[in-house]
Amino acid sequence: MLGRLTIDALPFYSWVAMGGASVVVLGALAVAAAITWFGAWRYLWREWLTSVDHKRIGIMYITLALVMLVRGFVDAIMMRAQQAFALNSDGYLPPSHFEQIFSSHGTIMIFFMAMPFLSGLINIVVPQQIGARDVAFPFLNSVSLWLTAAGAALVMVSLVIGKFSTAGWTGYPPYSGAQFNPGVGVDYWLWAVLISGVGSTLTGINFVVTIVKRRAPGLTLMRMPLFTWTALCSSTMIIFAFPALTVACTMLALDRTFGMHFFTNADGGNLMNYANIFWMWGHPEVYILVLPAFGVFSEVVATFSGKRLFAYRSLVFATAAITLLSFTVWLHHFFTMGASASVNAFFGIATMTIAIPTGVKVFDWLFTMYRGRIRFHPSMVWTIGFMVTFVIGGMSGVLLALPPADYLMHNTTFLVAHFHNMIIPGVLFGYLAGYMYWFPKAVGFTLEERWGRWSFWCWIVGFMLAFMPLYALGFMGMPRRMEHYNVAEWQPYLAVAGLGAVIILLGIACLVIQLAVSVKAWRTARDLNGDPWDGRTLEWLTSSPPAPYNFAVLPEVKDIDAFLDMKRRGVAYQKPTAYVDIHMPKNSGLGPVVGGLALLLGFAVVWHIWWLAGLCALGLGTTVILRASDDDTEFCLPASEVEKIEDQRYRAMASDIRASDVDRPLFPARPIPEVAT
Amino acid sequence: MGGTGKPTAAYSSWRAAVALGIAALSSGCGLSDAPILDPKGPIALAERGLLFTAILVMLIVVVPVFVLAVGFTWRYRASNNKARYEPDWSYSGRIDGVIWLVPALIVAALGIHVWIYTHKLDPYKRLASSVPPIEVEVVAQDWKWLFIYPKQEIAVVNRLVFPSGTPLSLRITSDTVMNSFFIPALGGQIYAMAGMQTRLNLLAFEPGRFMGRNVQYSGGGFADQHFEAIATPPEEFNAWVEKVKQSANKLDVATYCALAKPSRKHPVTSYSTVERNLFDRIVAKYAAGRSSAEKLVSNRPATASSLCSDD
Repeated sequence: MLGRLTIDALPFYSWVAMGGASVVVLGALAVAAAITWFGAWRYLWREWLTSVDHKRIGIMYITLALVMLVRGFVDAIMMRAQQAFALNSDGYLPPSHFEQIFSSHGTIMIFFMAMPFLSGLINIVVPQQIGARDVAFPFLNSVSLWLTAAGAALVMVSLVIGKFSTAGWTGYPPYSGAQFNPGVGVDYWLWAVLISGVGSTLTGINFVVTIVKRRAPGLTLMRMPLFTWTALCSSTMIIFAFPALTVACTMLALDRTFGMHFFTNADGGNLMNYANIFWMWGHPEVYILVLPAFGVFSEVVATFSGKRLFAYRSLVFATAAITLLSFTVWLHHFFTMGASASVNAFFGIATMTIAIPTGVKVFDWLFTMYRGRIRFHPSMVWTIGFMVTFVIGGMSGVLLALPPADYLMHNTTFLVAHFHNMIIPGVLFGYLAGYMYWFPKAVGFTLEERWGRWSFWCWIVGFMLAFMPLYALGFMGMPRRMEHYNVAEWQPYLAVAGLGAVIILLGIACLVIQLAVSVKAWRTARDLNGDPWDGRTLEWLTSSPPAPYNFAVLPEVKDIDAFLDMKRRGVAYQKPTAYVDIHMPKNSGLGPVVGGLALLLGFAVVWHIWWLAGLCALGLGTTVILRASDDDTEFCLPASEVEKIEDQRYRAMASDIRASDVDRPLFPARPIPEVAT
Repeated sequence: MGGTGKPTAAYSSWRAAVALGIAALSSGCGLSDAPILDPKGPIALAERGLLFTAILVMLIVVVPVFVLAVGFTWRYRASNNKARYEPDWSYSGRIDGVIWLVPALIVAALGIHVWIYTHKLDPYKRLASSVPPIEVEVVAQDWKWLFIYPKQEIAVVNRLVFPSGTPLSLRITSDTVMNSFFIPALGGQIYAMAGMQTRLNLLAFEPGRFMGRNVQYSGGGFADQHFEAIATPPEEFNAWVEKVKQSANKLDVATYCALAKPSRKHPVTSYSTVERNLFDRIVAKYAAGRSSAEKLVSNRPATASSLCSDD
């Protein structure tokens, strides 16, 4: 009846695991209790969970990402603590628990922190940046969100019921195969990745279509803001790369569940095929994550330098070049598998080639600052911090791209330091810069800046302390994933790395405090005119938060920095002579239903509860048919209603104009909109 | 750089400066004798040489980024009204050209290095030497290493002994999950995979004791899966072989099958005799009867054999 699920699945095997499970259960109960206390279930369901509005979906994605950032960080600091003490001793974590932690850390940070953060930013910003009222497929967008959430939920469930994978975030067979790993852990990993992977693929499709088809009149490709360009490239990569992940994971699932032999040691299986297919996704994935961060940096550096982006065309070509090249380098993840020298050399050179457009981008940002007027908003501080730390990671990346050097440093902590050097300053700093930059746009008030800068300093100092020692340890031959060790010289470095993790913890605390302080003082920090930073691109034309339809009248684009150009021409806030009816998609409860069914399906397959899996599959099919045969998915917002919303906005803006120009003497007064009375 | 190429004096002194800089940064913290920075064999030395060259060349890009990032941030801060402000200046063909060209030239230069050195340092390539190499067959097990000396017909668990100054030619496989065989002071790593063999050729300049280990996570005993690699003075190697031959342990099939079972912190164990073709039979047992897999077994006919009864 319940497949493999028995009472033994509860984590009584160690107090640490028990503690983790209790935190998850109590946390979930506390959230549910709070919602009940405030009587917010109905509001939450109607306005948020069933929403197909890209801005709300974006906010939900980022909420998920921030929660999972904390979960992934707890894993990280547990590993750092273990390694700081485990010289010739077992530390406080047994190997079977330590391996779950490094597996879940990587899985969570890539799939359930970085990916949702990325989707969230793209969701909030891209439609506004291209002057569109919505994404191409609003309902599909909701499905993507809920599939991602289902994957994340499955990882959290594994903390309470059963165990998580022990095979690392890459799940290399044969260690991840049924012979060596017969429990449910790898299945949890597989189904979390598979389910959220489908969500990501759908997001990719959605945004390619949105950007290609939904741009405002005059917004030619070569006038698109850089963030939109990177979102387009990243989404394109998602479409081509994620199917490889789905295939690799499906084959591994078939091996494990049905005793097939794609990647087993014997009977004709071969693990090399897994490595090959997995990294065909895995390498583009790095660029899927980092390109939109580059997009954020491009927007932030232009805005806070008060200057047009340097060499826009160069940046676009560099982005496109990275997109193409990212598909030609995956073999560098397994130079040590015994391929011939010519094969390794080819992929080594291809890998180094990516450093060219990446280097170009860094210099383009620097020359955007040149002869600018730099304001040190936290977003700009993250950006400058990124540039100086990212080049170190770029350098270590080129070192690993040299096959003979990679033979020495592969699988050591040098590799760990390298990819964290790409992903923390590159990806995470970018997303946090974006979070602080677009926060007022998404929710209507600005974030407190001082705590944002404190957070930055903690993160960058913590990062340096946590990862520079790992570079050194790599030179000392320390492998990654050591539960304990017997080399005394390693310990001081690991102690410093542990201290770095503690300082990063302070950085996360600063983020939480920043949010709390800002929410508390939101009335004094309202963004009434929708353009708090003297923005250059179209998302700053809308109100903060934007009306459900973003733009009452679609903007005419005549320049790269379309909104700046409109402000200069004095047409940014012109009141139209008449408004028109706007057709909007209706909210739908089927998105959360798909997510819920996918979660149950994953859980059922993990535990071999086949009747439940069958029911869920049937339910999913039925949901799709229901939705496909529903012809009544839109509603009409009448012109009079639009006019009411817009008039309210003009009034809010007028009340703000008087105050705002006093605070910012550096920037010339913006054109005063005609005020509707 | 393995005695090849003719670096100019200036270039050599730059390289020495980088090495010194890294050593100085790390003095007193154990980094100066880190195996990768202080190699004990020609392969690791050449690999390190490539590493230092690349670091040096890349500084051409990295240093300007640091300088410009700090300089521009300070100079063009909003509170500095003296700095020029040109909000619409956004292109210079000269700058654009330089920032594409310089990284491209660096990558071209490094690319040539990569092609040459990847071939030169191909782990499969036998090392040129006046002395014949010592052949050792390496089997990764959960969680230990078995070293078989086919010529000497002996085997040792968790200790690799070989004469210094003599090429060490390894054939490597796994009788469990994928492992990665690595002696950092002597040269790079290579994967050990069941049903397949990989090769690694190493050499130690001087007698010495080096850390060797598995660096690919393989389960609970992974952290203890290390061994000592001992380069003996050449004349003492035969004496060591003779000593092993005195051992009472014999590695027949039954002993092997017992050994192959998972064990942690396995003590160093010597075997005075070894079952014939044991290594090939370990490789072949996974390739039973599958033609595509047979090809991976290095030209040897794969005889479908189940070595241990529970396979």
